[in-house]
Amino acid sequence: MHTETKDYDNDLRIARPIVEGKRTLKQIDDAIIAPLDRLPNIKFWIAISFTLTLLMIGATALAFSFYYGTGLWGNNNPVGWALPIVNFVFWVGIGHAGTLISAILFLLRQRWRNGIARFAEAMTIFAVITALIFPIIHTGRPWVAAVYLLPYPNQHSLWVNFTSPLLWDVFAVSTYFTVSFVFWYVGLIPDFAVLRDRATGKIKKLLYSVFSLGWRFSNRHWKHYEMMYLILAGMATPLVLSVHTIVSFDFAVSILPGWHTTIFPPYFVAGAIFSGFAMVQNSLVIIRKIFDMEDLIPISTLELMNKIILLTGMMVGYAYTMEFFIAWYSGNQPETFAFVNRAFGPYAWAYWIMFSCNVFIPQLFWFKKVRRNLFLMFIIAVFVNVGMWFERFVITVTSLSRDFLPSSWAYYTPTITDFAILIGSFGLFFTLVLIFVRVLPAIAIAEIKAVTEQGQPSHTHLHIGNGKSNEAH
Amino acid sequence: MIKENLYAISALFDTPDSIMKAADNISTEYKRFDVNTPYPVHGMDDAMKLTPSRIGYFTISIGLFCMSFMLYFMYWSNSVDYPQVIGGKPFFAFPAYVPIMFEITILTGAVLSVAMMISVLFKFPNNAHPLHDSGYMKAVSSDKYGIYVEAKDSNFDYSKLEKQFKELGASSVSPIYYDEEEVDWKPNTWDPKFVIGTIGIAILTSFSVYMHMNKVLFMVPFDWMMNQERADYGETSEFFADGYSMRVAPVGTIARGFIPYQYDSPDSASKYMTNPTVASEHNLELGQRKFLTYCSPCHGNMAEGASRLKGNMPPGPDLRTEFYQNFTDGRFYHTITKGKGIMAGYESQITREERWAIINYIRTLQKAFGTPVVKTEEEIAENSETKTEASE
Repeated sequence: MHTETKDYDNDLRIARPIVEGKRTLKQIDDAIIAPLDRLPNIKFWIAISFTLTLLMIGATALAFSFYYGTGLWGNNNPVGWALPIVNFVFWVGIGHAGTLISAILFLLRQRWRNGIARFAEAMTIFAVITALIFPIIHTGRPWVAAVYLLPYPNQHSLWVNFTSPLLWDVFAVSTYFTVSFVFWYVGLIPDFAVLRDRATGKIKKLLYSVFSLGWRFSNRHWKHYEMMYLILAGMATPLVLSVHTIVSFDFAVSILPGWHTTIFPPYFVAGAIFSGFAMVQNSLVIIRKIFDMEDLIPISTLELMNKIILLTGMMVGYAYTMEFFIAWYSGNQPETFAFVNRAFGPYAWAYWIMFSCNVFIPQLFWFKKVRRNLFLMFIIAVFVNVGMWFERFVITVTSLSRDFLPSSWAYYTPTITDFAILIGSFGLFFTLVLIFVRVLPAIAIAEIKAVTEQGQPSHTHLHIGNGKSNEAH
Repeated sequence: MIKENLYAISALFDTPDSIMKAADNISTEYKRFDVNTPYPVHGMDDAMKLTPSRIGYFTISIGLFCMSFMLYFMYWSNSVDYPQVIGGKPFFAFPAYVPIMFEITILTGAVLSVAMMISVLFKFPNNAHPLHDSGYMKAVSSDKYGIYVEAKDSNFDYSKLEKQFKELGASSVSPIYYDEEEVDWKPNTWDPKFVIGTIGIAILTSFSVYMHMNKVLFMVPFDWMMNQERADYGETSEFFADGYSMRVAPVGTIARGFIPYQYDSPDSASKYMTNPTVASEHNLELGQRKFLTYCSPCHGNMAEGASRLKGNMPPGPDLRTEFYQNFTDGRFYHTITKGKGIMAGYESQITREERWAIINYIRTLQKAFGTPVVKTEEEIAENSETKTEASE
């Protein structure tokens, strides 16, 4: 208890910028809830019409794909796992940063996370929703996809294959979505109660009452609530590591050269956090501009995120080089060929886009000026996202296009429909993000209040009843 | 009237320090009290003398229980209900089940714990608590720290508590009343609105599932996998000059492995053909299998001429008699190939090797049983008696 309080004081130095301008608790409510209370400004309408346009492009492409069939895509032998799977892995990876911020940084008591945790969690949920579209449309007949994916009793007494990594994926991603959603909602309950007590309109009041479940801020509830939040964070941490591990099993468990490597699970997880942080940073830069939240999401938070991008970027760079080393060191001919082919074969252009975007460009974050420059950090994070998308492209496509049988080699080119669906996925994601910030508190009100300067009792009072509770333990 | 409906006396404090002091003070004397703060205040559990939350035990037990259930389910479906060998793994492939077991532990542990916490520990959803919509609630949800003592507490004394709160530095002290009707309201399962709503949802769901399964899936474009643009047997074709979809092989084409049968009478077959196979164990096993499949329905399992067809077809002759023992292999072969009398030819169903193997098997049966002598049980008994008499 003593050490915890001490940490608290130290961490306040990091937490203070979140509540810059020395707001009172009431002013924090007002500042965070402001986007919900007023009509959206012109910047919001411009942004949402842009993202809705992207979404419509994707929806149209999907409608055409369903009507004419998946022949509209570039997928063909031997590259059957093309853009749909690339996009799936990319979007699931984006989601990982959200859980990292909300769960892992919570366990590590990084107080700066409080300002962005809610937003990052919401991004996780939206990213997983976007990701889930791709494997389902990749089945070709999405209206019966559930029948392929879920174990359900049927007249053939035919069950799904529990030994397949693709089925592990179904369980991992759906668990990830459900647990992230529960985690997010549990965090939202007290904020719904705040909104309920501020609401003036009858419909607003009704909706917030329903969603707040009747939360009363009772300390007898906070006791369980805090424990539950800790448990959820503790469970989400191994979960987030397992999800991209299992996604990497889709590749690593097969015997294709370039896929069949043991480095894949950690490499995928690092890559996921890397791209996820880049995406969170990109979205935050846009959102704080659109909703005028410059003081709620301070530049120091973005700087810390840039440091994590730099770190994970170097992890990814290490994995790239280690893959080459192992390919050479194993003495396995197909393996060596696969990697030489990646860097110098027909897809060399994609490989070098990936390598420079992911490894070289983030090195600029060594400079404090770059880390704190909004424009530059935004551009670099865009490059990181491009690079990480190309990483999945390189892994999926190069290995498939040239496998063991040279007579079946072929060069894969995505079609315009493929790209339209990819654009649509960005549209869906950012539309959901914009709507979220408009209708729900994008910053966890209760969490922010807890880290304000006067938020916690001073040391002397903490001794009350301390001995007794220790005995109870 | 109002006095009777008093729920509690509440006090609001301005700082976390003062609420800590108040909670510590009140908790020594009263049991039915609670503290409401806009965020969890550290150390408050100790000040209120609350035991630590034990929700973690529930999480781990429900997670492990559901994990075991999932393991059993995977075992049952893949090893009992429909065993299949996949990727050379055993039916019960434990290592491959670990990822799903892990995910199920997390999923059920998290979701069921939250559900349990909300419904059992919090008794939510409950929007009819006396505190709701009070000024006290509005204050503690924003920036005040509140404490209240329920009127039901055995030591409850309004004026004494009011004084106590004031002494502890409360910025305001106020009573909270409750509306009996609202608080005691219980949902009625047989409320007509609820019943009609439930039935309506059930009908809508059934209707939409019915439409989906029976109509929508057979509409364009969902039926394109079923109705493909291809030429089927017996259909007319606009593409081919002769108007048939079905194509005829070019003249003189012979299927791979096919050798035309060139004998048209049993005599010539008998004269020119000999059995090219050796009656090895493997060959006889093949012959037995094919004999039991194709021949035994009419000729009997032991070629004894006992038809299983129960009068629907006349039984085939006993193949073990002397007459058939004198048949050459070629004559048998011709009969199997082309048929004889009512027996149809099996040229298209039994391959050449199999035909020869069947003949070997028939020969074995003939050797084993010789010329059959049908004996009743009495005759067997008589036989053994005469034998014993002779020996004596």
